[in-house]
Amino acid sequence: MSKVKSLADLKKLKEEVQSKIKLREKGDHPENLIQIKVSMATCGIASGAKDTMNHFIEELDHQGIDALVTQTGCMGFCYAEPTIELTMPGREPVIYGYVDKEKAQEIIDKHIKRNELVDGIIPVSYKTIDE
Amino acid sequence: MANYKMHLLVCGGTGCKASQSGPIRRNFQTQLEEMGLEQDVQVIHTGCFGFCEQGPIVKIQPDNTFYVSVSPGDTKEIIEEHLIKGRKVERLLYTDPNTQMPITESKNMDFYKKQVRIALRNCGFINPENVEEYIANEGYAALGKCLEELTPEQAIQTIMDSGLRGRGGGGFPTGLKWDITRKVENNQKYVVCNADEGDPGAFMDRSILEGDPHTVIEAMAICGYCIGADKGLVYIRAEYPLAIERLKTALKQAREYGLLGKNILGSEFSFDIEIRYGAGAFVCGEETALIHSMEGKRGEPTFKPPFPSQEGYLGKPTNVNNVETFANIPPIINKGAAWFSSIGTEKSKGTKVFALAGKINNVGLIEVPMGTTLREVIYDIGGGIKNGKEFKSVQTGGPSGGCLTKDFLDTPIDYDNLLAAGSMMGSGGMIVMDEDDCMVSIAKFYLEFTLDESCGKCTPCRIGNKRLHEILDKITEGKGTAEDLTKLRMLSHVIKDTSLCGLGQTSPNPVLSTLDNFMNEYEAHVNDSHCPAGQCKALLQYQIDDEKCTGCTLCFRICPVGAISGEKRSPHYIDQSLCIKCGACFEKCKFNAIKIA
Amino acid sequence: MINLTIDKKPLVVKKGTTILEAASSIGIDIPTLCHMNLHDMNIENNPGGCRVCVVEVKGRRNLAPACCTEVAEGMEISSHSIRAINARRTVVELILSDHPADCLVCAKSGNCDLQDLAHHLGIREIHYQGEQSHYREDTSPAIIREMDKCILCRRCETMCNQVQTVGVLSTINRGFHCVVSPAFEMNLDHSSCTYCGQCVAVCPTGALTEVDETGAVIRALSDPTKTVIVQTAPAVRAALGEEFGMEAGTLVTGKMAAALRRLGFDYVFDTDFAADLTIMEEGTELLGRLNKYLAGDQEVKLPILTSCCPAWVKFFEHQFPDLKDIPSTARSPQQMFGAIAKTYFADKMKVKREDLVVVSIMPCVAKKYESSRDEFAVNGNPDVDHALTTRELAQLINLANIDFKALPNEEFDQPMGESTGASVIFGTTGGVIEAAVRTAYEVQTGKTLERLDFEELRGMEGLRKATIDFDGLPINIGIAHGLGNARKLLEEIKAGKSEFHAIEIMSCPGGCIGGGGQPYHHGDVEVLKKRQKAIYAEDKSKTIRKSHENPYIKKLYDEFLGEPLSEKAHHLLHTEYFDRS
Repeated sequence: MSKVKSLADLKKLKEEVQSKIKLREKGDHPENLIQIKVSMATCGIASGAKDTMNHFIEELDHQGIDALVTQTGCMGFCYAEPTIELTMPGREPVIYGYVDKEKAQEIIDKHIKRNELVDGIIPVSYKTIDE
Repeated sequence: MANYKMHLLVCGGTGCKASQSGPIRRNFQTQLEEMGLEQDVQVIHTGCFGFCEQGPIVKIQPDNTFYVSVSPGDTKEIIEEHLIKGRKVERLLYTDPNTQMPITESKNMDFYKKQVRIALRNCGFINPENVEEYIANEGYAALGKCLEELTPEQAIQTIMDSGLRGRGGGGFPTGLKWDITRKVENNQKYVVCNADEGDPGAFMDRSILEGDPHTVIEAMAICGYCIGADKGLVYIRAEYPLAIERLKTALKQAREYGLLGKNILGSEFSFDIEIRYGAGAFVCGEETALIHSMEGKRGEPTFKPPFPSQEGYLGKPTNVNNVETFANIPPIINKGAAWFSSIGTEKSKGTKVFALAGKINNVGLIEVPMGTTLREVIYDIGGGIKNGKEFKSVQTGGPSGGCLTKDFLDTPIDYDNLLAAGSMMGSGGMIVMDEDDCMVSIAKFYLEFTLDESCGKCTPCRIGNKRLHEILDKITEGKGTAEDLTKLRMLSHVIKDTSLCGLGQTSPNPVLSTLDNFMNEYEAHVNDSHCPAGQCKALLQYQIDDEKCTGCTLCFRICPVGAISGEKRSPHYIDQSLCIKCGACFEKCKFNAIKIA
Repeated sequence: MINLTIDKKPLVVKKGTTILEAASSIGIDIPTLCHMNLHDMNIENNPGGCRVCVVEVKGRRNLAPACCTEVAEGMEISSHSIRAINARRTVVELILSDHPADCLVCAKSGNCDLQDLAHHLGIREIHYQGEQSHYREDTSPAIIREMDKCILCRRCETMCNQVQTVGVLSTINRGFHCVVSPAFEMNLDHSSCTYCGQCVAVCPTGALTEVDETGAVIRALSDPTKTVIVQTAPAVRAALGEEFGMEAGTLVTGKMAAALRRLGFDYVFDTDFAADLTIMEEGTELLGRLNKYLAGDQEVKLPILTSCCPAWVKFFEHQFPDLKDIPSTARSPQQMFGAIAKTYFADKMKVKREDLVVVSIMPCVAKKYESSRDEFAVNGNPDVDHALTTRELAQLINLANIDFKALPNEEFDQPMGESTGASVIFGTTGGVIEAAVRTAYEVQTGKTLERLDFEELRGMEGLRKATIDFDGLPINIGIAHGLGNARKLLEEIKAGKSEFHAIEIMSCPGGCIGGGGQPYHHGDVEVLKKRQKAIYAEDKSKTIRKSHENPYIKKLYDEFLGEPLSEKAHHLLHTEYFDRS
């Protein structure tokens, strides 16, 4: 990586990454890309988020489902760790709490493969910085 | 394979369950099956919507219609009207209290705007180990803006105008602190990030460092630019290994991208950051103690002045801010002081992150605008009290905060209101207590913490808190006297009045606030040898109800000290002088014949 | 300048003045406990920890500690408002609640700042009783640590770390379990403690005291088979009177000799005699090295460092072992005295070594340790049997029902009681090197020294330097008192940057007059200055003021030792140093 030399460079980089992310999300087959973010802060990991994340990666790979599984920070729902955010192509993101391996399996089997919602959705209740 | 066209989301939170969300769900299921719609509509349970006072909640997707106060008798109407005919059931929609107009989508309800995420804006959204995701979300734009468009004075002015106050507890205006440090002349200055989060139950700083480490790095660099420092230090407790790892990764990436190091973004400004580890002493969150610890000395506070801004790390002017304070800086620079100061109350601007804990349903990390009431936080966001119990008290400000009663539930949260109420903002711990909590024991518990964490430097904190704890212990043992209550108050005032640092000056707060707000509980312990919450073991008495006792002899057999006697098939008796109150008989009795008096 | 009022009295003070200093300037004495400020010596203990000095400042949220709060314009201070008094008394009650109430049998009774404070505040009841903190007692050859009595004023830490840079004592643990301790809670005798005793000198309570040897001395005195002789160090005579209510700086040489005689010592001698002997040996050693150096010898070690002070010796053995061949090999006066007493004098008196008991009265607690060093004993019999502090001597005098003030002035016994003005000034910083100069000058140049008062070598500055003209040969002299200052000079030597030919080092601030075994100065630096004045007055009053002119010293060399640095002198009067790092 070459260093960012100015604010203009930074802005250019920002646009590049944004489009890169968009490209990644919308990509060649935007209709197929499934995104899963696993909350991997200390609280999540302590509740088993690593197992959850590994299960998603392995199981989706095993079943040949093209999905992007990433880690992220604390979503704030500590009472319901591990938590994940699942975004199906073209849909609003959905947050699930208490996602252990079994729940992850259920989410893959039902929500991801059949577009059925699964028990345990956490309703989100906050404004973002841009609202 | 089912191909659901619609989803019925029924709230499965504790509050809604109590008001029959279970039957609602079952009704939906059976009625859908009766109508042959079970392949088209799926019914699922969700976690708490947080809007418990309007529960049970039913949400319909994909049109996001939000029904409130639904009863099991409403299910048919919802299916027939909404699902089949596509007409919303107006009477079950939420009515906006201001406009008196029904609102269909939760998105448009004020209730769902109660949280505003500024400090936590990226937590749970970006991958903290990828600087590019941070950059894609306006990352380092604020630093760039400062370096290319703003003079240090202008940047500081923006922070001042925003009204941001220190989020670590003291609430000192951040811009003013920067300005003071800037004006002290010295060729070497330091920026220190206080990540020695020590309040029991508080973890917002850890979460920010774990979820969005670059925001802290960016803010520290901005601070360095403003005050004229080229070196930053993050003082973080070693018990935060993940936060340390993420921070290290972030530092490495920031250096690789030229966002730290020499001539950042091609400017004259150079800045780099080092990590220093704390061994986990609460008092090292106090800035002078923190600085001593970083210097390799014993972590204990010294008298201020001189303030760190005058003589700090290695005797050089040092600006110390906590993690959450720093996390607010980039958005303020990017979006402007006016935007930030439009949020919050007159003297407390912006938002505050709280770690909700205790007897509350939705334990977790929340961020609300200053001015949000305790009621909104506890009931609307926190989902109310666990197991439908009665709210008794909320403790804010960590171990040195006060315990507030339900009379304060409608107090808008800000620095000054909490102080006036006898508590404090602190770093943002919020612990909720219910009817089962004994307030004398709670005060004792907090004092135990400050006792353990006192550095021992000054007399009132070292010995005074010990004596306070001993008196409280005496009271919970049922040996307290009326004089002890007077002593508690007098000693608490002296400790507050004479202690060296903030720890000692605030350590009696839990005692004083419980004395003020729950005197009746103290009196019950002292005068009647009775613990109203039934928590103080020494004050419990197990008794056998003659009417219910069948003389099965189970209690007689399990009592470890032989305090129970009685003939087979006739009522048994507990010898109180022998009973150690272990509670084994109470738990084992199959006839509920043993009661607590 | 800052305008303020204290107890309604208006006053104007300089910016930067503390409330405590401002109050003191108008005669308002705010009580303190942990605070200690030895003005002019750069020694200040100001942790603001005890909270006894709290005062009420109008408009301030909490009370202000007077010792570390600077005055501000328009301050209205009340030092005795009900709020301040209540807080102050409560704080002292809290300290007392965690303090063993054994005042009646405490070594510090009558000299205890905490006791005084409780008396001053009229504490009649301790309202907040509870558990007391406990820690094991630690006894070393010189100092006893009784941490149950510690009030965590941190004065000892300031002395040990900032002033002496020895770094042995520091507070460990937290909260109620805090205790001042060497690293890893080791005992003092396993640490690198120098036994300088400055911690003892400033301890406000009985937490740090010297090992009490008065009992052993009383036993020796009452043993008819023993001949018991005593030596008194130069600085003792300038301070002992304070123990009997006399003004600081009162010289009590004659009364002291009289008292010792009444205590039953068979011979009352003077360490000053041995100090003159030290000058003979050390001075000769200095000139030897100097002349070798002047002759072009590259191997010779310069500067030469004095070696009279046992704490200083232990300091460099721990901290600068690689420099251990730089100090003079001459033993300290105490040990020279012991060695001569148990050979020359014992032979003369026809007393067996085992039957001769040598007691020394020292301003020092490290002397107890020094006399116990293995190299200063023959077949397990030490050259000096018991080293008492000035305070212990006062204790003995009291025990013997002697009215000290009423005693006549008496002389020391001979032959080891004769001394010169040069030896007396060993008791103050700069004195040893001044005494050495008086002799070395005459030996080196062969001329008579006209001017005996070297003002350029005197004073209270922690580090001083002067160049003395040895008849055309400039001799650079350095002086350090306080081990922190000594460290600076040693670092220079280590770096090869030292400009000096000779350096005098004393561990205690002020030299022996400020020794750890002296009457407690209670933080009053004027006491030290008055003692210093007395020492120089004694010097001036002597007819003989150069060590080499002491007739009994001459006789000692003639009859017994031969000449300075002779084989016998080497054997009895010199020593070696050990790497203790």
